[in-house]
Amino acid sequence: MTAALDVQGLTTRFATRGDPVTAVNDVSFSVQKGRILGLVGESGSGKSVTGFSVMGLIDAPGEISAGKVLVDGNDLRALSDEDMRKMRGNKVAMVFQDPMMTLNPVLRVGDQMAMAVRVHRKMSKTAALEESRAALEAVGIPSPEERLQAYPHQLSGGMRQRVAIAMALLHSPSVIIADEATTALDVSIQGQILAEVRDLADTTGAAIVWITHDLAVVSSLADDICVMYAGKIVERGTAQQVIDHPRHPYTKGLLDSIPALHEPGKHLPQIPGSTPQLSRLPQGCPFRPRCPRASDICKTVPPADTVDGQTVLCHHPLERT
Amino acid sequence: MPDTLTPESGVIAVPSAPPAETRAMRLRNFWSDYRQSWVAIAALIVIVALLVGSFGAPFLVPQDPYDLAKLDWMDAFLPPGTEGSGGYVHLLGTDNAGRDMLSAILYGLRTSFVIGLSAGALALVVGITVGLTAAYFGGRIEALLMRIVDLQLSMPAILLALVMVAMLGQGIPQIIFALVVAQYAYFARTTHGAASVERRKDYIEAARSTPLPTWRIMFKHLLPNVLPPLIVVATVQVASAISLEATLSFLGVGLPLTEPSLGSLISNGFKYIHAGRYWLSIYPGVFLMITVVAINLVGDQIRTVIDPRNSR
Amino acid sequence: MTDPILKIEHVSKRFTRMPGLAERLVGKVTGGGKPVTVHALTDVSLEVSQGEVLGIVGESGCGKSTLGRVVAGIYAPSDGSVTLHDKPVARTHGGNIDKLTTQVQMIHQDPFASLNPRMKVGETLAEGPRYHKIIPARDVQARMRELLEKVGLEGAYADRFPHQFSGGQRQRVAIARALAMEPEVLVLDEAVASLDVSIQAQVLNLFMDLRRDLGLTALFVSHDLSVVRHVCDRVAIMYLGRLVELAPADELYADPKHPYTTALFASVPTVGTGKRRFEAIKGEIPSPINPPSGCAFHPRCPLAGPRCRVEVPRLTDAGTARTVACHLNDGGVDAKSEVAA
Repeated sequence: MTAALDVQGLTTRFATRGDPVTAVNDVSFSVQKGRILGLVGESGSGKSVTGFSVMGLIDAPGEISAGKVLVDGNDLRALSDEDMRKMRGNKVAMVFQDPMMTLNPVLRVGDQMAMAVRVHRKMSKTAALEESRAALEAVGIPSPEERLQAYPHQLSGGMRQRVAIAMALLHSPSVIIADEATTALDVSIQGQILAEVRDLADTTGAAIVWITHDLAVVSSLADDICVMYAGKIVERGTAQQVIDHPRHPYTKGLLDSIPALHEPGKHLPQIPGSTPQLSRLPQGCPFRPRCPRASDICKTVPPADTVDGQTVLCHHPLERT
Repeated sequence: MPDTLTPESGVIAVPSAPPAETRAMRLRNFWSDYRQSWVAIAALIVIVALLVGSFGAPFLVPQDPYDLAKLDWMDAFLPPGTEGSGGYVHLLGTDNAGRDMLSAILYGLRTSFVIGLSAGALALVVGITVGLTAAYFGGRIEALLMRIVDLQLSMPAILLALVMVAMLGQGIPQIIFALVVAQYAYFARTTHGAASVERRKDYIEAARSTPLPTWRIMFKHLLPNVLPPLIVVATVQVASAISLEATLSFLGVGLPLTEPSLGSLISNGFKYIHAGRYWLSIYPGVFLMITVVAINLVGDQIRTVIDPRNSR
Repeated sequence: MTDPILKIEHVSKRFTRMPGLAERLVGKVTGGGKPVTVHALTDVSLEVSQGEVLGIVGESGCGKSTLGRVVAGIYAPSDGSVTLHDKPVARTHGGNIDKLTTQVQMIHQDPFASLNPRMKVGETLAEGPRYHKIIPARDVQARMRELLEKVGLEGAYADRFPHQFSGGQRQRVAIARALAMEPEVLVLDEAVASLDVSIQAQVLNLFMDLRRDLGLTALFVSHDLSVVRHVCDRVAIMYLGRLVELAPADELYADPKHPYTTALFASVPTVGTGKRRFEAIKGEIPSPINPPSGCAFHPRCPLAGPRCRVEVPRLTDAGTARTVACHLNDGGVDAKSEVAA
């Protein structure tokens, strides 16, 4: 069975004043129909750039320099700009942290949704509005008829994000990329949206890539998890494997530093240092300067994938527990 | 090897921050971005040459055009390239009083620069004060100050300057004052726009809750952060001050003929243009145009370089 | 408990936006153009003891940041007072603050916005103490270096500009700036919210160390329940400008009394696989411009009764040292008549 989304060796570079910076470095992952992949990382890890690269939304001075992005077996990178534009919003859709990236502030929700429908399919405006209404209903928006008449600024932040998700759903895309889609929302609203996203994956069969910095969110939402660090996926496995039995010292460190898992008032285990700048990565393993398990080999040789069900980019992975 | 990351107690070792970026480095970066455009380089060279030429004029040109004793009526209306009684070639010809045009132009340019730069600098100071005050205090003060500024911006600057000159009379200080009145509003508007954005940032709130006195927050915290866009406005306003002054002088309400600027030279030569003595007004005009265009080009390039959207 | 040093008494804060001239003119025809009032805080009273860290928790619009800013003297309260050792934190004049204590210092959420980008870190740190003559002028330099080291940076960093630091390092600088004023009370407004998880742990550890070493008293404003539990002694839960529950941290997390607190805890995703239920609170957070009548939480509350729609619940005792504002704790949600004096 071909995966809904299959990314192979994706590499994205940005030209800077000095040497080019590799923001996404040989990243591979795949998502099956109806599954949710959590792409986790801290700022500067390349998780968002990965999302934008999959969507083909990299502008100069950035450039996708290698790799394939297969959606239902078709390589998006082989498409012309025109075909890619048709693909976007149709087969692959994106939800941003700020819903106003998607919504046009001067159009009513219904008008812009209907317009989005009719860009890709020929149908009457009435039919398009009906589809829009159904999409709003699908993401749990109460009284969708009224929302169709509203302007984006009349909606709350959570409602706007739902509308943005509904717009992403309009063409029943194979793949949805969500970049920090609930980060700006309150917990009670985030809870509602996460529940609906889980339902959507199950009912529509869309493959969802959920990009976030929040381990708690992915651990409860995602089926599979990729952990990114300095442009590379350092650990990949099922949610259970990664959360319950992390094998990369970085993943382990991240999980350990979450306060909820520790007795109040006690020192939290912490990863020393700060996330490295991509322009000044150390030789060998990029996590080495912060890693408690590092040895001499880590200083010189970049680690390769160690595959046994769970991919770990590390010379000294933690034992299977 | 431990399976968990153990916290070090007390102070955490933080890896060294990136190397300190000095002012010199920032200047170097600015310069390396600036020189991306050869047009901007050329414009900068032209401005430097004009500045050197005009302020160094007494040492560079053969004649002091305002020393009446040096003028000879016999040399009047010599076309460009003719040798006059002084024994040197008048590259750009002479005027109706036998003045060497090149010398007159460079001296005139000096006057134009003095007026343009001082009017620009004064308008900058006044505009910044008005804009910062409005943005910082908000409310009625902001409404009052910015409505006055809006009112002024809705009128052509030349009209305001004309009215001011008509009221104050002729002379360099009067002209500068008129130009400041006509132009401070542009600085006030830009300052107000940038400062209103900065005003809402947390570092201003942090300074207020320290607490630090208002004047200090305005001038030590707010001002340095609104300067970049003002530099661009300043270059453009110097250019427009120079052309405003030239316009006023051309209309005969600017400087008296005893202190001619480019405007009065053009005005003076204009009478003879139909008599075939084109060089009397064309050459000052060309210099005026080159000056104004060059300053604008430099301003444009500075705008491009300091625009955060273009930063890499 | 020792005597409280910081007292927040019946503080309300309203923000009124006056319509512009154009809006007023249009309003003459359409009937709009009236001033809009946001009730950011309504009758909030809290006390903080020496050495205590009080957590202020809630979702957007609950007034937690406004409360922090009233305590830090950035906003003047519309009603009520904030006092430190029985002296007002700020002296107001015509609705504006004209004299403010140096004894309360604030740490902001976003260290990229809270440091002046054009000022060297050393200048930023020294400016306040120098102006207020907190440290003798000749000691300022040495003291700033000492402070930078105390927050885990190098003294030599004083000569650098904020953009040369990472987010975590900047937040350390912001903490050092607040400490430089030698305050009695710190207000931390979402101070770790914008930091990466690994950096967040570092800064929390630093905060706990400083607290232990310096005996800091702090108001810790946050939306993050697990962070608050980790560092706070007592926690106040706010909803739409009002205090709804106040309790020692361990008791609150073990046994939340207010339906909102319960629901809030339930909607927080936790690390650990298998949890697939998120939805705990129905509906949206109401607007503080037009809050619901009675108990502000009643439209979303699964336990609400007729009384909740009409009567604002008072804060009542719910065990030792804890209070809750819910009719369930004050005679029930059904009828108003049976409430006797």
